[in-house]
Amino acid sequence: MITNPLRESLKPNSLPHFFCPGCGAAQVLNYFVRATDELQIPVSSMVGIGGVGCTARIPVYLKMDAMHGIHGRTLPWATGIKLTRPDLKVVIFAGDGDAAAIGGNHLIQAARRNLDVTMIVVNNLNYGMTGGQVAPTTYSNLRTTTTPYGNPEPAFDLVKLVEAAGATFVSRWSTNRPHQCIRAIKKAIQHKGFSFVEIVSQCTTGFGRKAIGSGSPSKLLDWIKERSVTISEAEKLSNEELSGKFVLGDFVAKQAPIFSGSSFLPPEEEA
Amino acid sequence: MHKNRPRVLTGTHFMLGNFAAVEGALAAGCNFFAGYPITPANEVSERMAERMPEVGGVFLQGEDELCSIYALAGASLAGAKVMTATASAGFDYMAEGIEYAISDEIPMVIMDVQRTRGENFATQADVMQMRWGAAGDHELIVLAPSSVQELFDYTIRAFNLAEKYRSPVIVMSETTISLMRERLVIPPADQIEIINRKMTRSAPEDYAPFQAEIGGVPEMAPLGEGYNVLYSINPHNEHGSIKWEPEIFQRQYERITQKILKNVNDIVTTDEYLTEDADIILIAYGSEARPCKDAIDMARKRGGKAGLLKLNTVWPVPEKQILAAAKKASKILAVEMNIGKYAGEIERIAGCHAEVKRVTKNLGNIHTSGEILAAIDEVLP
Repeated sequence: MITNPLRESLKPNSLPHFFCPGCGAAQVLNYFVRATDELQIPVSSMVGIGGVGCTARIPVYLKMDAMHGIHGRTLPWATGIKLTRPDLKVVIFAGDGDAAAIGGNHLIQAARRNLDVTMIVVNNLNYGMTGGQVAPTTYSNLRTTTTPYGNPEPAFDLVKLVEAAGATFVSRWSTNRPHQCIRAIKKAIQHKGFSFVEIVSQCTTGFGRKAIGSGSPSKLLDWIKERSVTISEAEKLSNEELSGKFVLGDFVAKQAPIFSGSSFLPPEEEA
Repeated sequence: MHKNRPRVLTGTHFMLGNFAAVEGALAAGCNFFAGYPITPANEVSERMAERMPEVGGVFLQGEDELCSIYALAGASLAGAKVMTATASAGFDYMAEGIEYAISDEIPMVIMDVQRTRGENFATQADVMQMRWGAAGDHELIVLAPSSVQELFDYTIRAFNLAEKYRSPVIVMSETTISLMRERLVIPPADQIEIINRKMTRSAPEDYAPFQAEIGGVPEMAPLGEGYNVLYSINPHNEHGSIKWEPEIFQRQYERITQKILKNVNDIVTTDEYLTEDADIILIAYGSEARPCKDAIDMARKRGGKAGLLKLNTVWPVPEKQILAAAKKASKILAVEMNIGKYAGEIERIAGCHAEVKRVTKNLGNIHTSGEILAAIDEVLP
């Protein structure tokens, strides 16, 4: 029997995965494996980190050392690893709730410090695993299981947040643009410093049914597509026109000193 | 500004308790510290920030206690010997991180300098929190120093136990001793016993990260070298795969708890003072052992046969030693600086053999020897 050579990047006997049919997180798992394959970096040389949530399960399937199962603390784990073993490549998989709500402070601090890790945030606009509750990334007025009359809060723009905090690589794409996602993940992995890739994703079970009235993956992908504009298209739109839109593209790529903890002595002063 | 001092500051010092804990950690091989500012534990961080670069280690001031405790987990799995220091309220935040370290058997040392709620006065109010703060089934090792010297000695021991048993170990300090300066003798480096975690020699395909007999401790593997270990808090099998099977779950936590309980004789230590002929035995831990000793001397001068059982390890409970004391004496005084907490453990063990009386004080300061003497006098025959 012929097996897809990319299965080599997954733990043996780890499939079938637990994602719902049509889930975007499973696509991101696929994109990541393809990106590492194209870069010819074995996943087992990296350390994967997932917190809690659907996206957090991605490293569970990968053939790599991984930490998993605490909500919102992916970056502190990564900080401990990187300050001890700067040679290890650390990749974080976080949902929007994990990254921007419970782990929000760690996100801005890691971006500020320019911690040398790659963080892939699968933004499915809600808490999918727990049943479709409102998230900081849910757009205003949308219905979720905890905003049955519409979301009264404005949504977080994670790209603007991490850019302002000091992230040195920032990119946002959506699951219906595989090539752009894979390219962004490759760039992020190769980047020295805090690299952040947000992938807007379809959650059929938790988000779609409540927020747009359909659990169909294709309808949800269309819904995301209709609201997506590239950076150059966005430049021609007013703030009002941009409200409720997903601006896609590579936003930041720059170099800055890497965080290494205070592990260096200052040079000896002349007596 | 920096002095390039060696890792072990052999010699006789007059040192602050919080500094002594740092020197103990360094002597034990600590090379990663993360902490968040909180009184009365700040001097631990400040000294670590100064000392870590001198010995090639890492100091991190986290953005909060959560960052600190989880950075410890990451650093420990990456091969470092790790420590944090906090105080009561900060320990609240760290409870989940300790839970993670229990479930994935990650060595780390946590120093908790207990303080009164919302203030920095002396207390032993958190003796139960150390034990029960983390959710889920677990056994924890908690050491209770009573002096600056013991802060040094017990911190070394905490590292050795954490490494040996792949477990978080807590050093339960108090405002009294952490913010006190007294004599500290640091032995030569070659006279300090150091235990390091057992790293596997198995090939990745033969290695199971959570496999050991009941009472045993699994070997660890380095990160990024093909062992592909999943460290999840979720119930997992011996290979680390997330699995919900009731029997596997039951065995996982039987092994995690029994690796502490089956080795209680190795972990638990106590000191005894004039207990041989004692009719009244005081049981105390931490700084409260000090006024007890003085009060016993005073009582002895008047012919009162009192003695002290000092619990150097509070968790797991020194059951054998408490039971022996209860069989020896007719009266037990359970002395502590809180509303009466550990007394419940003492009553549980000693209650059938001796009369147990609680001697508690919850005024933000330590018992005076006079107060303890009065408690002894009350129960003298």
